[in-house]
Amino acid sequence: MSRLPADPSRRTFLKSSSMLATGSLLVGFELPYSLASAPKASSAASLMTDAFIRIDRDNTITVLMNHAEFGNGVYTSLAMMVAEELDIDWQRLRWEAAPTEPRYYSPIFGEYLTAGSVSTAGAFMPMRTAGAKTKALLLQAAGILWQTDANQLSTDAGWIAHADGRRVSYGGLINVIQDHNLEPPKTVDLKPASAFSVLGFPKKRIEAPEKVTGRALFGIDIKRPGMIYGAVARPPVYGSRVIAFDDKAARAIPGVLKVKAIDAGVVVLAKDYWTASKGAKALTVQWDDLGLGHLSTASFTEEYRALSKTDGLLAEDIGDAKAVHEAASAVHEAVYEMPYLAHATMEPMNCTAQVFDDRCEIWVGTQNQGNDRTVVAKMLGLPETSVVINRTLMGGTFGRRASKTADFITDAVQAAQGETVPVQIIWSREEDIRGGHYRPLFVHRLRGTVDAEGYPASWHQTVVGQSIMQHTKHDPTYMVRGIDIYSVDGCLQEPFGVFPYGTAYQIPNHRVESHNPPKIGVRPHEWRAVGHTHTGVAYECFLDELAHLGDKDPLALRLHLTRDNDRMHQLLLRLKEAADWDQPLAAGRGRGMAARVYSVSPIAQAVEVTVALDGTFTVDRVVCVVDCGFAVNPLGIEAQIQGGVMLGLNAVAYGGIDLVDGQVQQSNFHDVRALRFNQMPAVEVHIMQSDAPPTGVGEQATTPIAPAVANALFHATGKRIRQFPLDRHGFTLKA
Amino acid sequence: MVTIIVNDEARTVSASPDTPLLWVLRDHLHLTGTKYGCGISLCGACTVHLNGEAVRSCTLPLAAVADQRVETIEHLAVGGDYNAVQSAWLDEDVAQCGYCQSGQIMAATALLNNNPSPSDAEIDAAMAGHICRCGTYQKIRAAIHRAANVTESGGSQA
Repeated sequence: MSRLPADPSRRTFLKSSSMLATGSLLVGFELPYSLASAPKASSAASLMTDAFIRIDRDNTITVLMNHAEFGNGVYTSLAMMVAEELDIDWQRLRWEAAPTEPRYYSPIFGEYLTAGSVSTAGAFMPMRTAGAKTKALLLQAAGILWQTDANQLSTDAGWIAHADGRRVSYGGLINVIQDHNLEPPKTVDLKPASAFSVLGFPKKRIEAPEKVTGRALFGIDIKRPGMIYGAVARPPVYGSRVIAFDDKAARAIPGVLKVKAIDAGVVVLAKDYWTASKGAKALTVQWDDLGLGHLSTASFTEEYRALSKTDGLLAEDIGDAKAVHEAASAVHEAVYEMPYLAHATMEPMNCTAQVFDDRCEIWVGTQNQGNDRTVVAKMLGLPETSVVINRTLMGGTFGRRASKTADFITDAVQAAQGETVPVQIIWSREEDIRGGHYRPLFVHRLRGTVDAEGYPASWHQTVVGQSIMQHTKHDPTYMVRGIDIYSVDGCLQEPFGVFPYGTAYQIPNHRVESHNPPKIGVRPHEWRAVGHTHTGVAYECFLDELAHLGDKDPLALRLHLTRDNDRMHQLLLRLKEAADWDQPLAAGRGRGMAARVYSVSPIAQAVEVTVALDGTFTVDRVVCVVDCGFAVNPLGIEAQIQGGVMLGLNAVAYGGIDLVDGQVQQSNFHDVRALRFNQMPAVEVHIMQSDAPPTGVGEQATTPIAPAVANALFHATGKRIRQFPLDRHGFTLKA
Repeated sequence: MVTIIVNDEARTVSASPDTPLLWVLRDHLHLTGTKYGCGISLCGACTVHLNGEAVRSCTLPLAAVADQRVETIEHLAVGGDYNAVQSAWLDEDVAQCGYCQSGQIMAATALLNNNPSPSDAEIDAAMAGHICRCGTYQKIRAAIHRAANVTESGGSQA
């Protein structure tokens, strides 16, 4: 039996947050490179040798994590990068969420944001460099301590060893560093990949001990002295405003402390959450729906279908697909429809806030604390540095916890305004499902032809759906000529805007148009893999249609289309072998595939299904091949791929949020069905060997599973599914 | 005032008697390892042991558990040792976001207490009410088998 470690995350979390709250910062905390000007503090228990690394006298090494952990495994990857260069005992490693300071911003986004499957790519050099610089600093200190040459010294898992046998722990060198005002070198050499002993090897999650003992701190687990709880009565039509409310019944409930209106609705504050939620249910609220009470997903779909027949904004026009289609004797055409999707994270939205006259402190699980801080500071009229965000672990996000409006945070801040104690707002599952942030509904119209040999000759895709980025702070970066690059990401052959990759396919005549219908009603929001979640489904299914039209094997067709893209081509060859693609299948079974490039990393999946006569099906096998450059943590990659497959399969099988009279119809896991144990297929993960810089895996697996399953169902039954989810259109995943 | 035996300690709480055990544990006793997921017994995140059996605490009113024995995730690692299920969870590197895992582990521990060597089908049946959105089901199944082998060969389960 292994022993439980002490409770590192909770202890350091509380310590750092309370210090931030009082403004008396840890020595060295703010002064990573300027020890010379720092006050002498030789009694300090710890030393920041770098923005990312703190060493304690007891030789505990803490890595400050500037990317958010929500299941993505990034804390483990970042720790591995530091550990590789610094040479430390993995067991003594601790982690802590880095505060909201510019030096912790993502080098890729230039803000404090964890998104887009780019954390590993962005952190690979900075975290290794941090480790290497600290190691150099420690070696220098040991040289001074022992008055010896550097060539006599080596590191050994948290210790410096002298050739004569003497040893000193890293923590034991804090005094030397401080007494001599030592600083890390400005530049440092990093290890060559051939010398790696941590990076590239499977490492288990560093926060796993907390997660099996119930000690992991999620936002919902925050307890502060004197804290009270709030539940919000939210409008049936998202975006409605409170006109008036009757709180007599709510106030009569013992334990209810206060009732007040906030932007999102009416909040009931109480001594515990249960009482607050009873209070919220007891309210009678009169709402102004701002004219949104007529909206329905059925009418959106109709409207988008009609729009898809008209000219949109031109995103890409390679060759002349329009001319090819005008001249063709027959053009194959199909319309694909994808519903709104909820994130349904296991941990519902929540936030804890305390508002003082001159500052605000927040405890929350968030992907985007830089933006959250900006929004809250603006709302409260405070300087940004007076808003402190303590980031916790997250019980999932899938994009939901990167809110451009910081909606689940402003709720709590507004509820806490005028209170003398911290307020924790928890969204009920129903509020969370009806919370108005969804993968937007999309309609894709596709037209294509095949050449005399049966290969795709032309492709014309018209994409219709609400823009996620338009009219947000990301508008200038993510909108190109009025087109949201997320709306078309995944169906363009060439790089577009800030996305440096295309589909990996080459079709000689390739045209993509985009319509951004008005952003009214619920909010279009990022959902794990964002644009690909709809473009990829439409693209890979329609490619399958063209393969069928040209009498081509779907994988052979993709091999042909990627003949000039060696990376994807090799990956497809590996898939062909790993998935036993050419082996015959029994009657009632089918095989399908899809291949995508998302955030630079190519990925392909093949699935096998068995379909009963009544349309009930099982997914028997999923084979996935991914090329994410150098594989930092193979175990973490496998987990991300399995997780992506599950979320994507869940969505294609069941996912769909409907609006009727402006109101979301679904509310909890009975009608937002989640995949259950027996429905989860085994997922075989194959990682391509590569020396290329690492790229992402967090979102790559979510999309291909959906078209692969739809294509496999077609293969098994001859029935083409173009509307989703499957269970509303004839195919039900066996329960 | 209602008294319950939580993790071997008698605890008296002033919560309203209709308060689900989940919120008594979380808000009154600050045992936050037990999670809120759905509030209507659909997801399993709130699973605790009541007199040794796995139950959903989100729909179990305080009044119904007076003077009864409740065990939560915080109590599985008795004396500082992980129980066999927790160890297996670490060995298989099961958790991703980890939010559902308290409930999964409580359910798995109860399953193994009743059935020391469950088949895949028995695991699926016992765990069917537990939702994970990260995709850890395969690893949970492997971890349960691993824990079963450990307990079979003489380990203890807490």
